[in-house]
Amino acid sequence: MSASAASLGLLACHTCHLVSRAPGPGGALCPRCGSRLHFRKPGSIGRTWALLIAAMALYVPANTLPIMLTRSLFGSQDDTIISGVLFLWGDGSWYLALIVFVASILVPLAKIIGLVVLLLSVQLGADWRPDQRARLYRLIESVGRWSMLDIFVVALLVTVVQLTALASVRAGPAALAFGAVVVLTMAAARSFDPRLIWDPAKEPRERSIPA
Amino acid sequence: MNRAELLACPECDLLQSDSAVPRPRKARCARCGATLYQRHEQGLNRSLALTTAALVLLALANAFPVLSLELQGERTDATLAGAVAALWSQNMQLVAALVLFTAIIMPLAELAALAWLLVPLRFGVRAPRFGAVFRLLQFAKRWGMVEVLVLGTIVSFVKLGHLASVQAGIALWSFAALMLVMAAIEANFDPGELWAKAGA
Repeated sequence: MSASAASLGLLACHTCHLVSRAPGPGGALCPRCGSRLHFRKPGSIGRTWALLIAAMALYVPANTLPIMLTRSLFGSQDDTIISGVLFLWGDGSWYLALIVFVASILVPLAKIIGLVVLLLSVQLGADWRPDQRARLYRLIESVGRWSMLDIFVVALLVTVVQLTALASVRAGPAALAFGAVVVLTMAAARSFDPRLIWDPAKEPRERSIPA
Repeated sequence: MNRAELLACPECDLLQSDSAVPRPRKARCARCGATLYQRHEQGLNRSLALTTAALVLLALANAFPVLSLELQGERTDATLAGAVAALWSQNMQLVAALVLFTAIIMPLAELAALAWLLVPLRFGVRAPRFGAVFRLLQFAKRWGMVEVLVLGTIVSFVKLGHLASVQAGIALWSFAALMLVMAAIEANFDPGELWAKAGA
């Protein structure tokens, strides 16, 4: 047997994965956990594009505006995400610089590009390497959360330094834009339905049965 | 047709019968390789024990400072709630809410949901609003970011190192332990076993 559940009129619950028979028009709730049932996530492609375009727009201010504003007796300094990475690098903590670079710059960018590739391939009805694209989707879903790293760093630095007499650290406008990018890309990955990747795929070729 | 024996891959929708899938610890989809389920001896009991431990660690992690900074005899403690308050007071309410949500509320929601489902089930009782709490659990797992917070604390630690003497607080160790315990829960918790025990 090699068929999708949907092609047999069966739906799998998005939340608890119970397979149930398709209800009449108007939809229904999962008999086990109560989630709304769909063959495929409704409006998946449009919703994913919308979230993704918003994330792309905010990716620019997130990287160009300062994420942290430091004021001290010795002058003031505005740090962007990149200058934070360079600071760690120059400080000799190249391993942490690498982690922050990956989490804050590479991961959001790779997520946006990866989702664009997935969306276009689905919209063009491509049946090219669905296994590789499925793996790409899984990767995008699992690494997305790590972009929150810089938000937590800013939150902690702001808290620890704000009360000292010598210096004050404030969160910059990029913190807001960057936080929004993280949330929007996570929501975009979530609204994309990976089953769309497999829908145009031909059934796995079976050896022809000799007559 | 016996529905319980049918599995549809959550990622590619390939329908497969459970009997065709061997019963190792972990079953993967025959077509796309997504994890279909993982089964363990005593998986739910272990999850319950680990959840209890995690709730204690979460309480410690929120009660004590994550980092402390000492500068010219002046000591500043950063608790997680303090970080939320600091961001809030700097007119960064949305960022503050994001930190509150991902670092405090969602981890708590995940553990509370697990306890809600597992404790009564241990005594053979299906908790009220079982389905809704299960849905909350799945949502909270996605948005709780304890492990990212731990890494963020380590990065902050290094960034502050040149400025003054920084100390790791009790909460940092608690969060690090919580991260490991929550990973262990994730590895042991099998929704299939949960639903079977709950009689659905």
